[in-house]
Amino acid sequence: MFPAYCFCVILFVFGIVLSFVYTLIHKRMIVTKSANRGTEISRQVVLPFMKSLEISLKSIRVRFFRSMITTMSLILAVSFLSFVRVGTDAANGLLQTQNPTYRQALVRAGYDLEPGATSMGSSAKERWIVILSLLVCVVGIVNAQLMAVTERFREIGTIKCLGALDSFVLRLFVLEAGMQGLAGAGIGALLGTVAALLNSLIRFGLVAWRYVYWLAVAKSMVFALAIGCILSLLGVLYPAIVAARMQPVEAMRVEQ
Amino acid sequence: MSNSHSIVRVSGVTKVFKLRKHDVEALRGVDLEIHAGEYLSIMGPSGSGKSTLFNMIGGLDKPSSGKVFIDEVDIAQLDAYELAWLRCRKIGYIFQTFNLIQVMTALENVTLPMIFAGMHNDAAVEKGLDLLEVVGLGDRFRHKPFELSGGQQQRVAIARAMANDPAIILADEPTGNLDLTTGEEIIELLKRLSEEKSVTVISATHDFKMLSVSDRVVWIRDGRIDKVEEREQLSISVGEIAHRA
Repeated sequence: MFPAYCFCVILFVFGIVLSFVYTLIHKRMIVTKSANRGTEISRQVVLPFMKSLEISLKSIRVRFFRSMITTMSLILAVSFLSFVRVGTDAANGLLQTQNPTYRQALVRAGYDLEPGATSMGSSAKERWIVILSLLVCVVGIVNAQLMAVTERFREIGTIKCLGALDSFVLRLFVLEAGMQGLAGAGIGALLGTVAALLNSLIRFGLVAWRYVYWLAVAKSMVFALAIGCILSLLGVLYPAIVAARMQPVEAMRVEQ
Repeated sequence: MSNSHSIVRVSGVTKVFKLRKHDVEALRGVDLEIHAGEYLSIMGPSGSGKSTLFNMIGGLDKPSSGKVFIDEVDIAQLDAYELAWLRCRKIGYIFQTFNLIQVMTALENVTLPMIFAGMHNDAAVEKGLDLLEVVGLGDRFRHKPFELSGGQQQRVAIARAMANDPAIILADEPTGNLDLTTGEEIIELLKRLSEEKSVTVISATHDFKMLSVSDRVVWIRDGRIDKVEEREQLSISVGEIAHRA
């Protein structure tokens, strides 16, 4: 399962670094440019971070139902991920007791155990299903966010006429997606973990909880949370770039 | 006032839109000089290139050839940051469809350009309330656009356009979506503001109510300037039109 996730994380980090470098270079350019012309640097438009946070929070609240749908797909995918991982954690806890009774219970529950194995990962099939569900989730988010952008053409055009830079629009969309991602992934990770723990309780009885490595469970939850946030940001990237690069005239021409 | 420096200068501007195989010439060489503090109307039938010219002056679109100067700066030379700054500080836009941001209250709509301009939040709120007071909506600052009538929304849009004390206000059919009396009120308001704050108002319109307040009227036909009339000449030609109609 790891290479795919690693790839996502690397991609994400690379994107952040790239955008950071881009802004840095651009800032430098403005400064030198204004120095050359002898004008002051105050010829800039700004959008303070707190203000952009406020605006994106507000637009999530106003379009709560739509953001709910985006968030929902994330909740489902992330909860499935954390369900699988926490389920494996619980099974691992039982396996490591080296108790034959538990071992047999695990085999009966459908885990493929090598003879003499003391730990196990999730099966290849499970991994594929998880990856597929995450992929479907990203496609869903891209779709929903593209709709959101289309819905807001006029709004984007208007704020550009008021002097917003491309980066403001980008930031608003990314912030929105970040918040949706955090909420969706948080709820998803929690739901998946609770479901997995209840599942192991029903299958193996209270002993399952006695031997669970809580640290491993916590790790799985954090992992699912991180993946959820990354997916949400990955999904909004293309729609947000489309929105940010739109010319105000085109945006205004849209009939509503 | 009319011999003060020119705030907008349009020279030899053409605009060609490419539609599949054939080109459509929206503007065929327009020269125009607009003086600071003037109230100018651009008149013409739909499809005459009026809105295209308007978009050029506002820096919303680039000409195919020719130049547009604002304050003697060629706006084709500006980069994205400077263009944004220009839109934010120098120009206030008013649209036919009001284009208020639906999710924000009247006050937030008015303060947004000031936030972009780097003004502190409290100062922006204070000024926003003042501006809403000026346009006669002092008690409605907490309303969202859909809770306001068309005329009230346009007033908010005017307050928003005035937010950063721009040198130019561009109004694209500001009365197009309003009834007769509301339209008149809006025109009155624009006129009053242009006199009080000595802002240059440029409006694209085909509303004849606009004529009586304009210092100059530019008639556009088929992508060219048909004629430019000073206020003194206007009453005659309006009579003529009324007669023709």
